[in-house]
Amino acid sequence: MNTASLDATFAALADPTRRAILARLASGQASVTELAEPFAMSQPAISKHLKVLERAGLVSRGRDAQRRPRRLEAKRLGEATRWLERYRRLWEGNYRRLDALLEQLKTKETKWKP
Amino acid sequence: MEALKLTTPSDREIAMTRVFDAPRKLVFDAHTKPDLVRQWLLGPPGWSMPVCEMDVRVGGKYRWVWRHDRDGTTMGMGGVYREIVKPERLVVTERFDEAWYPGEALNTLVLVEQGGRTTLTQTMRYESREARDAVLKSGMESGVKASYDRLADLLASPSQATR
Repeated sequence: MNTASLDATFAALADPTRRAILARLASGQASVTELAEPFAMSQPAISKHLKVLERAGLVSRGRDAQRRPRRLEAKRLGEATRWLERYRRLWEGNYRRLDALLEQLKTKETKWKP
Repeated sequence: MEALKLTTPSDREIAMTRVFDAPRKLVFDAHTKPDLVRQWLLGPPGWSMPVCEMDVRVGGKYRWVWRHDRDGTTMGMGGVYREIVKPERLVVTERFDEAWYPGEALNTLVLVEQGGRTTLTQTMRYESREARDAVLKSGMESGVKASYDRLADLLASPSQATR
């Protein structure tokens, strides 16, 4: 994933309505009409948001030519959040070692002060 | 294994919360005694910590150096102890030898004990939002500037966002 497209992805994610649309699509594909329902927004306004999401590769169109359902591109969303995962994993590794160390220390303490 | 919670309380901070099955005195020791620190604070696999010097008193300095065992790359950092309240609070500055984020960070460790278990919260405050973001996306190419503060929350609970 190059920097330019990553920028587009994060820019798309910066808007609360678009995040809500992604959240809705996480539970299954939906047509533009269905997506517009929970929002106090016109279909053209939703379509505009969808266009941004599509350009960012976060949403794609399903095969049904009538409904044109949109669906979440989960893989792309995963790529965009990998940085956070990397940071988390680094510290999870550290803290797992700390768990083990604390177990040793607890055992020592009991031995010293029965 | 306990879950590590990662949040961004403000646009200059990263906070980590983790529960440990041990009294906080031991968790505090593990953060303030060099022979204990170098056993766990190692980062990714393949790194060791040949330098771990810590003068744990207010105004005292610490110096940590990690080394990649295979290619010999080293990474060093250090700072000053600003606040020490044993066994519940530790505030230190942090600066890397090779700056991969601008300026200095202020790290606050808070330990809360309940029923023999300790909740650790480590908050890292950076000089700017740019510095904070640089840390979060370390390992990635630079250039991402959009807001993604709430992204982690969105992913953790997709239904929240539509409410």
